[in-house]
Amino acid sequence: MTDHSALHPEPVPVLALGDILLVTLRGDLYDGVAEQLQHDITHRIANSAVPVNGVVIDLSGVEIVDSFLGRILAEIAASASLLATRTVLAGMRPAVAITLVELGLTLPGLVTALDVDRALALLGSAFTTTRPEAGA
Amino acid sequence: MYVVEHDTAPEVTQELAAFLERRREQIAHRWADAALFRAVFTVSRDEAVEGSKAVVDALAEVARAGRLEDIDAPGFDPVRDQLGRMALARTQAGYNPPQIAREVAGLRAPVTALLRAEFEDSADEIMHACLLELTVLMGTLRLVVMDTTINSGEELIARQRQQLMEVATPVIELWDGVVAVPLIGTLDSSRSQIVMESLLEAIVERRARYAILDITGVPTVDSLVAQHLMKTVAAARLMGAECIVSGIRPAIAQTIVHLGIDLGSILTRAGLSDALAYALAQQGIAVSTRPGAGAGPR
Repeated sequence: MTDHSALHPEPVPVLALGDILLVTLRGDLYDGVAEQLQHDITHRIANSAVPVNGVVIDLSGVEIVDSFLGRILAEIAASASLLATRTVLAGMRPAVAITLVELGLTLPGLVTALDVDRALALLGSAFTTTRPEAGA
Repeated sequence: MYVVEHDTAPEVTQELAAFLERRREQIAHRWADAALFRAVFTVSRDEAVEGSKAVVDALAEVARAGRLEDIDAPGFDPVRDQLGRMALARTQAGYNPPQIAREVAGLRAPVTALLRAEFEDSADEIMHACLLELTVLMGTLRLVVMDTTINSGEELIARQRQQLMEVATPVIELWDGVVAVPLIGTLDSSRSQIVMESLLEAIVERRARYAILDITGVPTVDSLVAQHLMKTVAAARLMGAECIVSGIRPAIAQTIVHLGIDLGSILTRAGLSDALAYALAQQGIAVSTRPGAGAGPR
């Protein structure tokens, strides 16, 4: 029996958490999966019964990053923004942040947060233990 | 037989070795008063004489082996450590390598005087040949001393560099959710890398929302330093923390403008206290003076 997981990788699940869409990325993101994810997110935003307030992308499981992933993140944020939805990157590891900066991918215009909890607070979600920032 | 031109007859070298062995005591007594030996053998003069004898023995051994120009000659091995300590003691007394080299060169004069006296009755050629050999040998001794000096200097530099790296980048938690790095000294690539890593680690560990880079202790800011700062700020932002650069002195502000560096994307404040005040205000924390408490903070 051959292993088809490399050829047909599992799509990345997009979870609805109230008016927030939560995407948890793990490890490598293949081209097809990335496209599928972009498609899923934009369609969910456009067709959701409840208006989507924001998208949170959890990167805490990502240990290696390259320019491809950087571009995908920027594209997802840009397309979500066209649909009037904010995107927050959450839980990026120090090593990943350093690599992105060294690659020159500072992801300007993307909102970031320390972890998912903070990201939810930033978007004003009810599902958070963090009190919203006074200045935000 | 193949003979290298500068190689004098082996007999002369053996003659020199024999001379050194014969006059061992006298040479040692004359050398013992030199600052080079006294700096290490501080207890007594006898000790300095013994140290000098060891060096004379080593020279005789090298001459016997006919390796006058070889700084790696095994004959030097017994005294390498001692020569190293002598050079180190002089370095600590504030002498630089050329001065130490001159002191080693000074050891030659007493030996030359003895050699001249000894060979007074011999033919001129023999004396001159011996003198020449002696000069070569003393030159080699000087190289050996220099070699040990440089090695010990390199070890010192490597150790201090390591210590500097460890000491120079503390990350301080100024307030709940506010961390600061006071940068001191020149920012080069390797240091800024360490600063970036420890700052990002601290942001995760302390769950910080604000990170302050204080450059009060950075003497000059050029385009390279500015680039390092911008990278650190960008990385901290990717981690979800807002970065504030503080401690920009008026002169540095002018330099940055003159160099045409655009720090527009970076939040800057004049002093560390201003940066902290900003971070607190953003979190909705107000610091007030208790009525009647006298002159408090602003």
